[in-house]
Amino acid sequence: MSSREQILKRLRERSDGPLTAPVSDFAVVTGRGWDSAERLARFERLIGSVHGEVVHAPQARWIEALSEVLVAKGVRRLALGREHPVPAEARQALADSDIELVDVDRDIEAWQREQFESVDAGLTSTRGGIAETGSLWLWPTADEPRLISLVPPIHIAVLDAESIEDTFFDVVERHGWAQGMPTNALLVSGPSKTADIEQTLAYGVHGPKALVVILRHTAEVPA
Amino acid sequence: MSAAVQTFTPKAFHRQAHDALGNPQIRDNFRRAMDGLMSKRRDVFSDWDLETLRELGANIRLRALAKLPDLLEQLEANCQANGIRVHWAADGDEACRIIRDICESHDARAVIKGKSMVSEEMHLNDHLEQAGIEALESDLGEYLVQLNQQTPSHIIMPAIHLNTDEISEIMHTKTGTERTRDVDYMTAAARQQLRERFMAADVGVSGVNFAVAETGTLCLVENEGNGRMTTTVPPVHIAVTGIEKVVEQLRDVPPLYALLTRSATGQHVTTYFNMISGPRKADEHDGPREVHLVLVDNGRSSIYQDDELLDTLRCIRCGACMNHCPVYTRVGGHTYGTTYPGPIGSILMPHMLGLEETKDLPTASSLCGACGEVCPVKIPIPDLLVRLRKESVGEGRGNVPGAGVKRSGKEVAAWKSFQWLATHPAAWRRSTALAGKLQALMPSSIGPWTDHRTAPKPAKASLHALVKRHRRGEGEA
Ligand code: SF4
Repeated sequence: MSSREQILKRLRERSDGPLTAPVSDFAVVTGRGWDSAERLARFERLIGSVHGEVVHAPQARWIEALSEVLVAKGVRRLALGREHPVPAEARQALADSDIELVDVDRDIEAWQREQFESVDAGLTSTRGGIAETGSLWLWPTADEPRLISLVPPIHIAVLDAESIEDTFFDVVERHGWAQGMPTNALLVSGPSKTADIEQTLAYGVHGPKALVVILRHTAEVPA
Repeated sequence: MSAAVQTFTPKAFHRQAHDALGNPQIRDNFRRAMDGLMSKRRDVFSDWDLETLRELGANIRLRALAKLPDLLEQLEANCQANGIRVHWAADGDEACRIIRDICESHDARAVIKGKSMVSEEMHLNDHLEQAGIEALESDLGEYLVQLNQQTPSHIIMPAIHLNTDEISEIMHTKTGTERTRDVDYMTAAARQQLRERFMAADVGVSGVNFAVAETGTLCLVENEGNGRMTTTVPPVHIAVTGIEKVVEQLRDVPPLYALLTRSATGQHVTTYFNMISGPRKADEHDGPREVHLVLVDNGRSSIYQDDELLDTLRCIRCGACMNHCPVYTRVGGHTYGTTYPGPIGSILMPHMLGLEETKDLPTASSLCGACGEVCPVKIPIPDLLVRLRKESVGEGRGNVPGAGVKRSGKEVAAWKSFQWLATHPAAWRRSTALAGKLQALMPSSIGPWTDHRTAPKPAKASLHALVKRHRRGEGEA
């Protein structure tokens, strides 16, 4: 008998008899009922508490905010996608700037060392945010692959204020995650960190040292 | 300064505990770390209905266990549909062989690893090394522990037994960095060293925190990003997990994740929650071309047989039970001599190694109950410790390997006599009166009991007798 059959057989022929599965009540992880101001405030407080930097911008002028971030952080080489409106608009706006735009629609094998050693920042869109934990949710695509939010020392993520929801459970349920998961789904909450050296926090141990969230508002930008 | 290579075994628990207690450095490192972790956990749960959340966590895990064989088959089918190859291993050796075979089929020489306690449990690194394959740990704590030729002393914070100076010395000796107390410098140095290794790795091996049957998804929880690197950079990813880690639905994940991060380190969330549902697709530009899942039994299906012991399998490996354990805090993780230390180790390891090896572990507890109170999935750890104590003296159901190993004829006879005396009042009175008279004959040394205490002396007259006399008005009691 194969190990598979053996294991399944032992589990099925349980000596204390079959078990009854309880029904779960998920009320405790949903139904927060926050209004949009509170949701936004929570998101900002929580992601700030894990070292994420939030830059507010009106929807129409987010590129200006991006440019300021790039200057402030001294970014010269920016990795970004092409098709999604976020990288598409950024490409257009930055075409004539000093910033070198690094294409990511290439198989990683062709440019691994370049990505690891000479990209200053990765720009990505996000699918939404989670107020309760200050998290971004990303589903990397062929256009915006997995590693650009991980390998460069700075990750710049663009998030729309209306796409922030209350809890992780709400996101999974409302967006029907179970009906079709991508190759890789991610929650990102702050830059990479460790406390493995005597509980002292240090950032950028493997992934980005900084996470900047450009938070776009269609309504008025909070003061 | 770094400790010489030292091997610890569960059999030598008492000696190891004695040594650890005599080591002020260890006691200090653990005391401070555990105090910090306990207060952080308290704070992060302060605005939650924690009891309801724990209830839900326990309920989700129990539901998964109730349907375990079906869910494993469903997980396998959905993973396969997603392009993940699934392997089953009856024990650690078989799992090691499966992983080695996959590595060899790719001519792999360098394996980079994300944190995985199951891989520690089956001694994967040693196994691969013997096959000429180098396995390098990439979680910073695991990396440091590996550099120092040690094993993790905590399931979440592997290097918690080391302080900054010790770590600086290890890095200096093994990697040539400057001696320093600058944590940022050391972290940056490790980042640099490990990035080269990620790029060069042929295979990435990771653990799994939750495996979702409904969607064939592997979830990994981490702060550093080494888990994402391990599962994305090398061309092959092998995930290895115990068969109990499966959950039924995707919606079961958020509550367990909420409990895990808060219980483990007092964080409201970790930096990354990484959900993998397949290898790189044809049009995608990064990620492994092959993903494997190795499902490991290694004693779990035996635990599964028994209604009481089953609770052990609800564990989500948060480490809260050790953070709150007064014994663990004082003796540290290595003292237990097992992959999983602390309360969870004491209820889990006897099944993996047998009670002959681990008979002292269930007694390494004051039964204060703290572990059971903080466990996010409400495992009644103290009850399980008592059950294993019973098993070890042959008073249980015999469902644990090595049951009865501590049974001693003398002890059984002593308790039998006591039981008889205690249920026969006349004999009891006669014997206590006799004990009072023979007071002087009481030996001053009676085994371990008197190592740190003076031997008890039976009173001249028993309390019972004194009260009786008092009632009759014969002087003060
Ligand atoms: S037994 Fe409970 S407290 Fe201990 S590690 Fe497992 S889940 Fe956490």
